[in-house]
Amino acid sequence: MNKATQRTIDIVEKNLSKRYRAEKRFRLYGLMSIGFGLLCLVVLFTDIISKGLPAFKQTRILLPIEFNRDDLGISDATDPEQLRAGNYEAILRNAIRGKFPDAKSRRDKRALSAMLSNAASFHLQDTLAENPDLLGETVSTWILADDDVDVYVKSLDGFGEPFTGRLSEQQIGWVQTLIDDEAIRTQFNTTFFTASASREPEQAGILGAALGSLFTLVVTLLLSFPIGVAAAIYLEEYAPKNKFTELIEVNINNLAAVPSIIFGLLGLAIFINMFGLTRSVPLVGGLVLTLMTLPTIIISSRAAIKSVPPSIREAALGVGASKMQMILHHVLPLAMPGMLTGTIIGMAQALGETAPLLMIGMVAFIVDLPAGITDPATVLPVQIFLWADSPERAFVERTSAAIMVLLAFLIFMNTLAVWLRKRLERRW
Amino acid sequence: MNPSTLLLALVIIVGVAYILGRSRSLQVAGKLGGARYLNSLPFYYGALTALWCAVPCLIVLAGWFAFDDIIIRNIILAELPENLRNQGSGEMDLLLNSVNNIAAGNHVGEIDPALQAAADHLVSLKSTAKSSITVISISVAILGGLWGWRKVHPEFKARIQVEQVFKIALLLCSCLAIFTTLGIVLSVLFESIRFFQSVPITDFVFGVEWSPQVAIRADQVGGSGAFGAIPLFTGTLLISAIAMVVAVPTGLMSAIYLSEYASARVRSIVKPMLEVLAGIPTVVYGFFAALTIAPFIRNLGADMGVTVSSESALAAGIVMGVMIIPFVSSLSDDVINAVPQAMRDGSLGLGATRSETIKQVVIPAALPGIVGGVLLAVSRAIGETMIVVMAAGLAANLTANPLETVTTVTVQIVTLLVGDQEFDSPKTLAAFALGLMLFLVTLSLNFLALHVVKKYREQYE
Repeated sequence: MNKATQRTIDIVEKNLSKRYRAEKRFRLYGLMSIGFGLLCLVVLFTDIISKGLPAFKQTRILLPIEFNRDDLGISDATDPEQLRAGNYEAILRNAIRGKFPDAKSRRDKRALSAMLSNAASFHLQDTLAENPDLLGETVSTWILADDDVDVYVKSLDGFGEPFTGRLSEQQIGWVQTLIDDEAIRTQFNTTFFTASASREPEQAGILGAALGSLFTLVVTLLLSFPIGVAAAIYLEEYAPKNKFTELIEVNINNLAAVPSIIFGLLGLAIFINMFGLTRSVPLVGGLVLTLMTLPTIIISSRAAIKSVPPSIREAALGVGASKMQMILHHVLPLAMPGMLTGTIIGMAQALGETAPLLMIGMVAFIVDLPAGITDPATVLPVQIFLWADSPERAFVERTSAAIMVLLAFLIFMNTLAVWLRKRLERRW
Repeated sequence: MNPSTLLLALVIIVGVAYILGRSRSLQVAGKLGGARYLNSLPFYYGALTALWCAVPCLIVLAGWFAFDDIIIRNIILAELPENLRNQGSGEMDLLLNSVNNIAAGNHVGEIDPALQAAADHLVSLKSTAKSSITVISISVAILGGLWGWRKVHPEFKARIQVEQVFKIALLLCSCLAIFTTLGIVLSVLFESIRFFQSVPITDFVFGVEWSPQVAIRADQVGGSGAFGAIPLFTGTLLISAIAMVVAVPTGLMSAIYLSEYASARVRSIVKPMLEVLAGIPTVVYGFFAALTIAPFIRNLGADMGVTVSSESALAAGIVMGVMIIPFVSSLSDDVINAVPQAMRDGSLGLGATRSETIKQVVIPAALPGIVGGVLLAVSRAIGETMIVVMAAGLAANLTANPLETVTTVTVQIVTLLVGDQEFDSPKTLAAFALGLMLFLVTLSLNFLALHVVKKYREQYE
């Protein structure tokens, strides 16, 4: 017997170091997995932020603009008719040619004008409309640069090779001259936050898409919160245990796992083809997202209702409250924080959703700002999708910047949910 | 009246009905000696009056909005001259469309006098319809309110009725889940049936060539219209498999480390950080995959002398895997934590190391839950859309090489349905057939996952 024990211990000791090594290896795998996950997070965020930060700056060129009556074709700057017909390109052309008199050939002149944004003439029109006295004067104005110049100038500050893109050698030389003259500067890009979609990167902004997202979310919230809470109350407080209730529960759990694009197909077939609602409007988007987020809201609301202790219900019923009074006066207020948390998480999910909205036509190119839930609109994630498809380099940074804005909203919403849960939730 | 003004007016009427019903109950009770002689609280009398006011009116409004277009359309069509009327349904739709255009003032060119007359009639019918619905809905609301108001009586059991309505409203809300599922099934099913009338179902399920261009002219080149879904499903499976190779080991190992090794403090920091990955919108992952990972893999391949497609399945799959890591990890975390501590203690007490305990006791005990979680993750990967739309290609190659371009079911649904389309060409209907397949596959995966969890779960308590 002694011999046998001896042998077991020998076996154990012989293997012990190997087993400890296996233990360490296993632990290392775990650490590596977590490290990989966190690394992905860091790489993703650094990639997006480093690409997106330049979009918050915009390049402008200082030019002495002469509001020449003859070139503009305007004799009276208070007349809106004349203001609209004014030839602002001409004075812009004159200004930049005055800066570089060496550009003689047609091609050179065209290359010079291409360095300024198409939007510059509208800005001049606005300036003149605001201040009619400028007519005939010469004013030094910071003029919006074209996106190629913009990307080049901003890439000069970064590491590595500057990005020249479509700029010619000659244009790069001009930009260098402007930099030496300190006639070029980058300033905060307000256009990005105040404009709608545009084919020209330097004029494109996210306001239209953000408003579209807002309207869509309002529709979603107004529909999904009451319906979700009502369904949760029914299932927790009223539903008898039978086949029908089971059917409802199976359906809810299932819908939570249906791919979002299927909801888009549903919206296309039912809301647009059957009910004849308009395409591309936040109303339809909100309806589709309501159906998509309902399971999330119902499931979390049920959990919140379940966590209210039965003693509270019994106390309410005991003093003579009806079932509806018990629910509305006691259960619902106590379960509200949990329901709100679930709803915010559902809204965050809806805010980031793209695929079903592609199906119902919210991918249209829309320049006007939407004014209500029945105006054609697009939403932030779809705008990101559309910009990601654009070939211009300047759109890459705008896409990343739009992603940063979207992520900021999402992080805000999720933090709010966490804060609400910590602040308001009660432990019984 | 505009729909919004009409709604506002109705809300005001309902509010007034509530106040009147409530005050009437107090008034009739006052004769008897106070509110305590009422059967229910005054609130319930008010609420019941308001309900009498609102519900019939809403039913009328809903019915009106569902049918007014069809009725107007039939009136207009019936009045068109004989020679225009006896045509196929397609021509009739065209005709109706031009009538609508004339009515809206968008028509250019010469106008048929018969159509002009129809358009004028349409305009007048529409304005009549608008004013009559205003009158009807408001009078229904007022009559309903009056009816409810007259019923207020001290012995009237208002509370029971209000609670009944409340319960029915809640029931309807929870039935919405059933209607949604029904809507999904019916909408994809009907369009799919129409699709299978033009393309045999066997060609769709077993065909190996996918090129959904349908020839408009008989002699057109390249419009073969092949609808074989096999390449799409293999592409989907390839990308999902790559995603699973990334997500399952990483997710599972992170869950094990977090629940078995990490201290509470590390856990409370790392877990939410990993969950941030799950909260990032898929369009962001798509952008990341297409602009960062795909070029990186292509350059890496070029350095090693391998040609990698710029829309390789690998890039889309890896990024999708990263997206699914927190999904796998939090599902496994839950089941690992559900394994009773006594089992671990028993194993450790016998002298097993921690990793041996995990591998031989905890994982086997948690296996059904983990398998269920992985199945749910697969279902998610198959249904994922934006990453593959942005990072995977459109060419339907039948290949298992992850360095080549493949396309997936969801990519094809999006490409077939985004943009201008006629609604009854096989090309757009094919998208619904794919949607039906996708729905069935994810549905069965979800059921399988639930079944695995239920059937093989060990009961320890």
